[in-house]
Amino acid sequence: MENEIKQFTVSVYTENNIGLLNRISAIFQRRHINIESLNTSLSEIEGVSRFTIVVNVTESQMKKIQGQIEKQVEVIKAYYHTEEETIYQESCLFKIKSDLLFDERQIQNIIKESNARIVTVNKDFFVLEKSGRREELELLYRELSVFGIMQFTRSGRVAVTKDEMKISTMLKAFQH
Amino acid sequence: MRFLPSQENMETKTIKDESKDTQTTERISGSEAIIKCLLAEGVDILYGYPGGAIMPVYDELYKYQDQIHHVLTRHEQGATHAAQGYARISGKVGVAIATSGPGATNLITGIADAQIDSTPMVCITGQVGSHLLGSDAFQETDIVGISTPVTKWNHQITKASEIPEVFAKAFYIAKSGRPGPVLIDITKDAQFETFDFTYEKCKGVRSYKPVPDTNEDTLKAAADLINNAKKPLIVWGQGVILGQAEEEFKAVIEKAGIPSAWTILGASAIPTSHPLNVGMVGMHGNYAPNVLTNECDVLIAIGMRFDDRVTGNLATYAKQAKIVHFEIDPAEVDKNVQTDVAVLGDAKASLKALLPLLNKNSHTKWHQQFKDLYQIEFEKVIKNDLHPVKDGLTMGEVLKEINSQTKGEAAIVSDVGQHQMIACRYADFNVSKSNITSGGLGTMGFALPAALGAKMAAPEREVIMIAGDGGYQMTIQELGTIFQQNIPVKIVVLNNEFLGMVRQWQQLFFDKRYASTEMVNPDFVAIAKGYHIEAKKVTERKDLKSAVKEMVDCKGPYFLEVRVEKEDNVFPMIPTGASVSDIRLE
Repeated sequence: MENEIKQFTVSVYTENNIGLLNRISAIFQRRHINIESLNTSLSEIEGVSRFTIVVNVTESQMKKIQGQIEKQVEVIKAYYHTEEETIYQESCLFKIKSDLLFDERQIQNIIKESNARIVTVNKDFFVLEKSGRREELELLYRELSVFGIMQFTRSGRVAVTKDEMKISTMLKAFQH
Repeated sequence: MRFLPSQENMETKTIKDESKDTQTTERISGSEAIIKCLLAEGVDILYGYPGGAIMPVYDELYKYQDQIHHVLTRHEQGATHAAQGYARISGKVGVAIATSGPGATNLITGIADAQIDSTPMVCITGQVGSHLLGSDAFQETDIVGISTPVTKWNHQITKASEIPEVFAKAFYIAKSGRPGPVLIDITKDAQFETFDFTYEKCKGVRSYKPVPDTNEDTLKAAADLINNAKKPLIVWGQGVILGQAEEEFKAVIEKAGIPSAWTILGASAIPTSHPLNVGMVGMHGNYAPNVLTNECDVLIAIGMRFDDRVTGNLATYAKQAKIVHFEIDPAEVDKNVQTDVAVLGDAKASLKALLPLLNKNSHTKWHQQFKDLYQIEFEKVIKNDLHPVKDGLTMGEVLKEINSQTKGEAAIVSDVGQHQMIACRYADFNVSKSNITSGGLGTMGFALPAALGAKMAAPEREVIMIAGDGGYQMTIQELGTIFQQNIPVKIVVLNNEFLGMVRQWQQLFFDKRYASTEMVNPDFVAIAKGYHIEAKKVTERKDLKSAVKEMVDCKGPYFLEVRVEKEDNVFPMIPTGASVSDIRLE
């Protein structure tokens, strides 16, 4: 269904240049598309950066956006995938009052069951880290928000694809 | 915005030309290096305006004035349009230069115009010293940020040593593949800094493939559709001109006998008089190619992008036809119109490879349909435009007079509006790259500076600017540049004392509520004469011929104002949202 709005994970391999983030995000902004999450990092190839962008669009929109991204001079290649085609993780941090850890037995159970990790504890607060799929993070958020969360933040999605992306072959081809 | 840790960015991108073994190194300033880069890229003329942050470069331009000609325009926007005119008539990269802040922001309209019309241009802007970046210093503006969405590529230089590689890359990107504008912003300290200069032309950029590979199967599939078509129609665009594919294109249409229509930017790729040229498509295009778009069985688009002004309502655009799209930019394929066969690649190479696969054909009966519809358009529209019987002068008859006195050899540089549509509809083009106009952006004020640039790039050609009284006044100050440089541009203003195209829409769609479209104009002849440009005004038909002759015969610049009928409309017209086949003749 080309016209059904779906969640896509866009992987963009690029040169590492100042301003490229601006150039890529402008492609979405110009079409009035909200970026759900965005992450930039090194990639598996030395000197090549990788953007991981999550958007909710139709597949027909997605194809056009992929074309517009690839058209940018410093973009090597852009791919898009559905949720089923990727293995992805997001990560989040909760800052919570330390008292609760002792006063509310339930919190300890939640932490245990969710496989969240305590990063640090001091007398005022403790910090909880959880990585996983979006639903797991959201579940934990709901469970903890009952007790009060001092601070919360969630990272952009990082994803690898089940299928190969032939980026290295492309780069090799250029060198010949 | 540096968002990743690695600082090593420039080294990886440009492939070095290993064949060059001898390179001379010399220690020079960044600003001198800029001039040397421009000379190495064959730049003979650049258009610009000086100011604080670009002064070191201007100082070098002064020293190198025997090798590179800087033209002082009267506004930075004029510099960009002049560079565009230069590029459009010559196929070379146009260059514009400005200072930081307002100088840089004034370039934006021309850059956006060049981006949407695929014009190769390099813009150079000065920037405040790198230690002041982000401090809201005097005349500091984030021009790289501002220009990002309207440039093919842009880059800020903060170290002199970056200059050769960035300039080489800029020229390469601007002119390769689908051309476009590139902006280079250079901090003032980088202009002063000295370094060891060597220059190598850019041969490729790792992440950038200017011309996609052509798949032979798609060529065969395209040929198959064309050979089996009973009613094929070609719509060509500027890709034929930018790809220097005029000869290959002509050979293809002549062999296959296909009626061929053009987009506004495709005009002049083959002569107007060519028997297979069936006119312009789109909102104010010709009747036959618009109506028959919805009757053809195969629509072959070559180097065009299915702009909304071409297609009208997409839901009813050529739905009965198979679509073949020859295109250099993969992002254009299936963007607006879903294709059946897309042939990626450069028009020249693709059309050359297509030719032997095509069967000879003539499609006589199909051609007759175009001729029949032309007759209808002639009776309803063209006759009245070109051979009016009413008292008032029409824009069309001015074009007819220019055609007859220039024998279709002139380059026509038009502005935006009614006169532009009339110019494109009625001008005779014998030579390619003769229709210079702002198509995609529709930039009023484009014509006067663009004509200046075009005439400087092709002094052997007759360059005639045609503008309305509205657009002309948007960049009228460039008369000063034309006067100072003594460029023999012929300037025609078709004055109807209205913003005519907007007025036409107000008449047709807003019940004649003429909101802010009536112009009270100055004495244009006096203004031209103030710049010591020969000038004349024509208000009656009997004086038109002699005035056009005087203009064409004039050795220097010449201004001709023609007072035309105030409330004439341009027809045919596809109203916004209507189908191409619902084109109105009145």
